[in-house]
Amino acid sequence: MDNLIKRLEEIVGPAHVSAAAEERYFYSMDPGTMPAAPPDAVVMPKNTKEVSRIMALATEKGVPVVPMGAGLVLSGLTRALKGGIIMDMKRMNRVISVNPASRYAIVEGGTSQGMLQTYLKKHHPGLKHSMPDAPPVATIGGNIAIHGSGHLSVLAGFHTDMLNGMEVVLPTGEIVRTGSCSVSPDWFARAPLPDLSGIFLGWSGTTGVITKLSIKLFPKYKHNDLLVFVCEDADLMPEIISRLTSAQAAEDMTPWMTPKPFWAKGFLHINIAYGGHTKEELTFRRNLLRASVKEYMDKKIAGFLPMPPPQKKRFMKLPSPDLARFADVKKGGGFEYVGAIMGIERFPEAYRAGLEIAEKHGVTWSMGARIIGAGHCMMFFYAYAFNRADKQDVARAQAALEETNAAALLIGGIPWKAEAPAQKQIMAKMDPSTRDLMDRVRGMIDPAGIMNPGNLET
Amino acid sequence: MQSVIFHPDLCASCKSISCLMRCQYIEFSGIDEARAERKKINSGLDSRVLHECLTCYSCQEYCPNGNNPFFFLVEQQEKLGILPAPIPIVKEQLAMMAPRGRLEPQKAHAPVVDMCAFPMLTGCIRPPLFENASVFSGTDFFCNIMWLHFAKNSTIFERVPKMIENIMTCYLKDSGPDEHSMAELICFHDECYGTYTTVANAYSIPVPFKPIHLFDYIDKKLDELSGKIKPLNAVIAYQRPCSNRLIPETDKTLDRIFEKIGVTRAARKYDRQNALCCGGVPRAHQRDDFADELLEKNLNDMVASGATYCVFNCPFCMATLAEAVAEKGLFPILVSDLVQTALGG
Ligand SMILES: Cc1cc2nc3c(=O)[nH]c(=O)nc-3n(C[C@H](O)[C@H](O)[C@H](O)COP(=O)(O)OP(=O)(O)OC[C@H]3O[C@@H](n4cnc5c(N)ncnc54)[C@H](O)[C@@H]3O)c2cc1C
Ligand code: SF4
Ligand code: SF4
Repeated sequence: MDNLIKRLEEIVGPAHVSAAAEERYFYSMDPGTMPAAPPDAVVMPKNTKEVSRIMALATEKGVPVVPMGAGLVLSGLTRALKGGIIMDMKRMNRVISVNPASRYAIVEGGTSQGMLQTYLKKHHPGLKHSMPDAPPVATIGGNIAIHGSGHLSVLAGFHTDMLNGMEVVLPTGEIVRTGSCSVSPDWFARAPLPDLSGIFLGWSGTTGVITKLSIKLFPKYKHNDLLVFVCEDADLMPEIISRLTSAQAAEDMTPWMTPKPFWAKGFLHINIAYGGHTKEELTFRRNLLRASVKEYMDKKIAGFLPMPPPQKKRFMKLPSPDLARFADVKKGGGFEYVGAIMGIERFPEAYRAGLEIAEKHGVTWSMGARIIGAGHCMMFFYAYAFNRADKQDVARAQAALEETNAAALLIGGIPWKAEAPAQKQIMAKMDPSTRDLMDRVRGMIDPAGIMNPGNLET
Repeated sequence: MQSVIFHPDLCASCKSISCLMRCQYIEFSGIDEARAERKKINSGLDSRVLHECLTCYSCQEYCPNGNNPFFFLVEQQEKLGILPAPIPIVKEQLAMMAPRGRLEPQKAHAPVVDMCAFPMLTGCIRPPLFENASVFSGTDFFCNIMWLHFAKNSTIFERVPKMIENIMTCYLKDSGPDEHSMAELICFHDECYGTYTTVANAYSIPVPFKPIHLFDYIDKKLDELSGKIKPLNAVIAYQRPCSNRLIPETDKTLDRIFEKIGVTRAARKYDRQNALCCGGVPRAHQRDDFADELLEKNLNDMVASGATYCVFNCPFCMATLAEAVAEKGLFPILVSDLVQTALGG
């Protein structure tokens, strides 16, 4: 171990390696329910070269490496399940360049969402990227590694759909590029080449370390607004979502259902964010959205919540503070959610399953979804807040999460960024030939089996 | 179902049918059609008025006989199940504005100011206008007049007596000048005063305290503080709120206030009896196109009046319009804050 630390210090400098007990404790867990698993050391590289040297060293020594951004995934994917090194990417946080003509930004793998947001605000006020509702310190690389989604997902899909290409360091230390940047100096698209990015997307850091990536940017509107649609019948939701998305006017749609505040209990809301370069464009989009669901308004069974502009401000914050606020409901800092990707038509079943599970386990809950694309699918989430200091509360949340994962799979959904136990449930349901292919790909890329071991294992 | 005080016989002998003929939002081919629709409403039959009504309260003011046509219209909407807004919108708001039972009796001292359901405006209650005031707010003291916009007279009957009881128990029980006189309650919001006077009368709800309109309080206070007034020398556009239709006499007091602080109320097309709805309610009724139209007319009129301030008395009107007004270059402000400005507060 001493030798490993010394070799790491030679690569990144002594200030950026630690095997101190308090550091190992700190890095052993995330805010979710998964039990702690401390690393032997933590290292913070500054550039691709250092990442490459660390990976080569780890392969040579057969030491596990867990890449980590902000560690906010909540499902314990950045824990060192088999010990080894946690590679904290936060020092690789540069916005390298922005191409305003082709609308993309090239950033380092540890660049935070907040950093890119601020950079664009300052240097390219006419552009924006899709923000997840995670705290702004969450990294773009970490989010890409798990197929994240955010406030432009209705417009442009999962964040991985917004990816143009990457630079990745393989477990062996080799540096590879995917997408146009592997041929051209420009990072504009993944087409027309064979799409190798997929080897790293959704793999939760088990195939390589993303050191650079190109992410799509979008026009930033001068005028922005929000509508909140409300109904009481979950069975109506798929059709409502389908109609609203068919208007092709919104950037983001996030249904939410919660028993707190008490007045919201029993109602199903959809926040719909949209914008326009001019007031006229904004009104035109609003009218398209309203027209799409007019039938429900005419029948008086659903409608838009009246909300004066000052009240809307809170809902229009990017990222939205609401989930983070919910996370603190029980105090004690515990929060985790099952996000399951599934078809829109599964909404009613998903909602009812959530209500049943929450009641059975007596957990503090909130449910919601983010619509992906023009109603192509959704990330339906079941969030549970708990007091980390209260063992029983943690156990209740854990049991609810496990049952929720099973219910999501039963409905036909797939738990997103699944915790280790849910990964097992997914693998058990997966087509054996798919599982086999995953194994072969991983074995080829990571012969020493050092990349985030214990996760996504078949 | 309890009923509001309304006399169909007054309508039968009414020559003007002003309630409908003067309505700014529903067109009639002539007085005969208006009379026919009035008759339908009064006979408990469906009428297009019940569907097209913006719930602007104005007919309440237009009726020369004080016959409560608006309250009766709302009653008929509810009876016939004619809903101006979708059911979930009404239900969720009913839950949102429901009393929470957070009642803690306080030792209040005059002036006691009722801020309705606007705790965020408590900062308005400050010297010099409000020296040593006791203030309260919240849904346990909410005047509940808003249900007139949602065909929910029944909620007014149900909740207003409870609110009155809460106000008495928590703030006014021991604060009367003596055991024989009623305690006074300064209503910051027009709606509260309208509720505890006109609505309470029409709905036969007893009120055991003396409501004082904010304008009356300010008017009197300005006499006390006359030495401190620095005239503002400004032209203002006033956004008269719907609830003021229930208490039109207070509009004259407002004129006096403006005069005392050196403000000219612009002679607008859409002020006084022709005031336009702020647009918040039609949006709740899912009539955004209509709300847009009102907004445009109203803003153009304000700009044309040459005003520098847009003055509100209703916090909801202000929340709805402030941004749009500011974009047009007018400064949105509440009456009380405008007066505080003139007093250097
Ligand atoms: C309140 C709250 C709200 C949230 N809302 C959203 C949301 O709206 N949308 C959404 O998508 N997510 C959301 N999340 C989940 C999560 O926080 C985000 O997806 C976040 O972007 C993950 O980034 P991170 O830097 O924290 O990743 P980490 O937790 O550090 O890592 C996530 C995974 O990626 C791997 N990884 C990290 N960096 C790299 C790298 N450079 N190369 C290779 N692999 C890497 C890790 O090993 C791990 O498997 C939310 C979380 C919270 C707490
Ligand atoms: S409500 Fe008043 S104005 Fe209307 S018809 Fe009756 S008496 Fe006349
Ligand atoms: S409330 Fe207003 S819109 Fe409705 S009938 Fe009366 S005046 Fe017309």
